[in-house]
Formats: sequence, C-alpha cells, structure tokens
Amino acid sequence: MWKWLHPYAKPEKSYQLAGKFLPWFIVLTVVTFVVGLVWGLLFAPADYQQGDSFRIIYIHVPAAMMAMAAYSTMAIAAFVALVWQIRLAEMNVAAIAPIGAVFTFIALVTGAAWGKPMWGAWWVWDARLTSELILLFVYLGIIALHNAFSDKVLAGRAASILTLVGVINLPIIHYSVVWWNTLHQGATIMKFDKPSMPPEMLWPLVIMIVGFGAFLGVLTLMRFRNEILARESHRPWVTAMVTEKLAGEK
Amino acid sequence: MNPRRKKRLLITSALVVGLSLSVGLVLFALQQNIDLFYTPSEIINGKNETGVKPVIGQRLRIGGMVLNGSVKRDPESLQVSFDLIDNGGGIVTVYFDGILPDLFREGQGIVAQGELLTATEINAFEVLAKHDEEYMPPEVAKALEGMDHLKKNKK
Repeated sequence: MWKWLHPYAKPEKSYQLAGKFLPWFIVLTVVTFVVGLVWGLLFAPADYQQGDSFRIIYIHVPAAMMAMAAYSTMAIAAFVALVWQIRLAEMNVAAIAPIGAVFTFIALVTGAAWGKPMWGAWWVWDARLTSELILLFVYLGIIALHNAFSDKVLAGRAASILTLVGVINLPIIHYSVVWWNTLHQGATIMKFDKPSMPPEMLWPLVIMIVGFGAFLGVLTLMRFRNEILARESHRPWVTAMVTEKLAGEK
Repeated sequence: MNPRRKKRLLITSALVVGLSLSVGLVLFALQQNIDLFYTPSEIINGKNETGVKPVIGQRLRIGGMVLNGSVKRDPESLQVSFDLIDNGGGIVTVYFDGILPDLFREGQGIVAQGELLTATEINAFEVLAKHDEEYMPPEVAKALEGMDHLKKNKK
C-alpha cells in the first residue's frame, strides 16, 4: 500500500519532488496574496462595531492558523521520524520549526496591535493568548534543542520527542476560548456551525488562509531542500548535481 | 511491521497519550484559576463548579454585559459607574476612573479588573472591551437592529 512512497525515503528523490512542487506553491501564494489582500483590505465592508480595524483579521487569523498547521505537520513528521526512523522526516521537523515560530510571532504581534484599540490592552493573560505564547516558546525550544547537539541523529531524535510533547498545546489553543472565560472571542470560522461572518467578508479571509497555507508550503519546501543539501553535501548525488549546474553555467 | 518498529510505535503513542492525560488532569484541576474573569452571577453565588465566592477586598476580574441605561458619568471628571449583568441574572456595579475603550457602550460585553468593595460593587482600575466573534457590515447590523443578534455572554 505504501510502496509508492518508498523511493522518496531517498533524499535525492525528495529533493527533486520538493523542487517540482515549489513553483506551483509560489504562483498560488502570489495570486492569493494579491487577490486576498486587495479584496480584504480595500473592498471588504468594514465591521459594524470595529470599523476598519477589523481588517487586521486578514493577517492575524491566517497567521495563527498556519502557525498551528505548521506545528501539526511537524508533529506528524516527528512521529514518523521516531517510529520509522526516516531521516528525511527529521529534516522536515528542523525545516519547519523556525517558519512556525515566525508565523506564531506574527499572530501574537498582529493580535496585540488589534487588542490595543479594541479591547484597550496590548496583552491580557487570558487562556488563548497565553497558550499561543507557549506555542512560540515550544517552537523556540525545539529550534534550540535541535541546535544544541552537534550529532545530527541525536539532534533530530531529541527535537522530534520535544515536538510530540508540545503537540498537546494545539487542542488547548483551539479550545481555550470554549473551556474558559477569555477576553479573546470564540471561533468565527473554525467551528461546526456556519461561520459568523457574511460571505463578502469571509471570502477574502478564506483566500488569505489558502494564501498563508501556500506561503507556508513555499517556505517549508525551500528550507527542506536546503536542509537536505546541507546534510547530504558530501554525497555523490549532490556533488554531481553541483558540477552539472556549474557546467551548465559556463 | 517489524517488532522493533512496533515497539517504537507503542512507546511513542504511549508518550503522547500519557502526556495528554496528565496535562488534561492538571488543567482540569486548575480550571477555576485559568478563567480570566468571574461573571456577575459567580460573584454573587460563587463559581459554577466549586461554589467559591470571592471575598471583599479581593482583586479580581469581572466580565459581563453593560446593562442598558445603567451608565452614569460624572460631568466634572472621568468617574463613571455602570452595572454588569449576565445570563444568570446577577447584577454587579462597577466604578471606574479613567478612559473607557472605544467599544465600550451599553449592551457591550466588557471585562473589568479591580477590587471587590462590597458583595456587588467593584472599584475597577482597568476596563477592557470584549467583542464577540460575529462580524458584519454596518448595513447588516442596522437591518438586524432590535433583533437579538448579539450572542449573550457565555455562561
């Protein structure tokens, strides 16, 4: 059943596959960002309560969602890395962590900028904000742990374990607004009910979410390829590729 | 699946399940401390789960809806007082000296931080506006006016 996947356990194959996906993700990112940002920031109607300030949702929500999506991806890779001991999965963990950390940071900063005018405070220690901050610290911890070992096999294993430990934070972040009284409002779109938003506001948001997803894909693919090259730099296939590239340029 | 992989699969799964369980239990135990605020009924009747009532002089946060017609401003200063209400029917009066957030108005959900003066009065030093997860253009909001489109505060 999984036979078709086997060739991709070879770094060379994965490197090429990631290279094939990359341009598509770049195109999707550019298109969705242009359409989503222009539509959301200029043409979507203002909110009845928050006016134009609500438009920060078009950055804040996609960034926060992708910060969590990046972590889920990382956790799956970490699980695969631990159980099947596939080195590429470890490289994937190492590749995604900094991207996820930046997305989390964007979500926190845009959230603070939104909170100041609307709530009246940059930061409140409510469950949603605190758990999101913990997500940032978990990301930083994974990056630090991975860099703490000079032996890459050990580093990969340690980072994978920490990634799995941190995965518990994801449902806490998502349900924090349901389980506890928080200042942060409940979910607008990520729920089983229909979204609490009219379509003319929702569409640009959906486009931005797809856009951030594609952007996450672009960054992940690029970092993943770099990670493979960095670790395989002494292998014949890398040398062969580089010589071929150099010969082509001459 | 070979036995070594199976063992690793078991260990890894056990790690995740065990951790979720222990974190779940910790959060369950800390439940009331994680709530950002008391609701007005909780201040009067005690927390829903534990029945613990706040004591006078305690610093706490309260969250509820500003009762219509209850906002009284002092014309000479920034002093303002208003009543907070929730679904449970409790009413608590909040006194505040300072600038209110833009979203503050009657019917709005707010969270105030302050000190409990008497069983139903709070002297707040910070008032934060809480908005809900519903977004709509002004025209739609106008059309819906009078209807109860704003969701009541939870609990």
